[in-house]
Amino acid sequence: MNREIKKIPLAVATGALALALLYCLAFANTAPPQPGSVLPDLNLPVPERAGERNYLGLEGGAYFKIPEIKAHVVIIEIFSMYCPYCQREAPEINRMYGIIEKNPDLKGKVKVIGIGAGNSPFEVGIFKEKYRVAFPLFSDDDFALHKCFGEVRTPYFIGVKINDDGRHRVFYSKLGEFKGAEPFLELMLQLSGLQ
Amino acid sequence: MKTHGKLVGVALIPLVFLWSTTCFAISDAFKKNIYNPGLLKPTDSVLKVNVGDYAPDFTLRAVAGERISLSQYRGKKNVVLSFVPAAWTPVCSDQWPGYNIVEDIFDRHDAILLGITVDNIPTLFAWTNQMGTLWFPVLSDFWPHGAVAGRYGLLRSDGTSERALVVIDKKGIIRYIHVNDINKRPRLENLVKELEGVQK
Repeated sequence: MNREIKKIPLAVATGALALALLYCLAFANTAPPQPGSVLPDLNLPVPERAGERNYLGLEGGAYFKIPEIKAHVVIIEIFSMYCPYCQREAPEINRMYGIIEKNPDLKGKVKVIGIGAGNSPFEVGIFKEKYRVAFPLFSDDDFALHKCFGEVRTPYFIGVKINDDGRHRVFYSKLGEFKGAEPFLELMLQLSGLQ
Repeated sequence: MKTHGKLVGVALIPLVFLWSTTCFAISDAFKKNIYNPGLLKPTDSVLKVNVGDYAPDFTLRAVAGERISLSQYRGKKNVVLSFVPAAWTPVCSDQWPGYNIVEDIFDRHDAILLGITVDNIPTLFAWTNQMGTLWFPVLSDFWPHGAVAGRYGLLRSDGTSERALVVIDKKGIIRYIHVNDINKRPRLENLVKELEGVQK
């Protein structure tokens, strides 16, 4: 009996690990989340900086899921400090963030985060400092998130609409095509229905 | 219980293998022009130099046209040699663009970066143009093929070089050699830490 009881947690843990790997492998090399779908069920670390926690509306804990961000729309950029286009577009994305934060109708409703594919925390820090990125950036050191997002090239943008009841849906998912702060933000507001 | 553990282990091996096969995020800067060679043997050469040795001198042609010798930096600059295996391959294409935004770190440590591959100049010209304007010279170790990589013991059996970093101080002494798993990008912080050590 005891042997059977001991087997259960191991079997459950093993099964959970296998399922988690299979879940992301199902996404890997296939496709990123498409408009109308939901995001992969992923955990991001709660930022250490209080300002970033406040921006995301997170109260505590070690990890959070993107739909838990206090916002109506979340724009996710999958980037890399090693990606020339990400470097080139960083100032415009910063400007878009600035436009959102300065607009009382958008501030608090539209939020931006970045995920550094294959970038260590140090490397994400370099990118953040170099381009003075004010919104939260997360390290995806081991490509775990990148695999779950379908191993996209960078920069890749995903727009997510979060409903008041906590449900969410992806409304935008595309490689590059960041044509500038204003047109991209306009597109996000249109597609999300926020405007 | 042991049998159960073994079964679990066997079941997870293919999953872990699949998980570890592709670890790179290609920049859209290269469009769909990156050739994926698949998972390669992590290292495939035997070093011929050691930390503490005088770095073998070499002269190679840079993409910009000039000929660059390692010895020209003696007494003037610390030198980082960044060998990457081949142009137009996944990890290599996303390595030097990162170094391109940290010129200040190299400056702070009085260091120059020399990028080296075994590709010819026209190939390197087309490839590095996709990276933007690089602040550091990119050198071609094409002919005699891979001669410099070979002298350092960094030439692989298929004619490409290892993904390796060599830090050489102003006296020309090798202070750090790191041959990375060819399938992965070396962490920038490790190089920065070594540069800090050279400055002390």
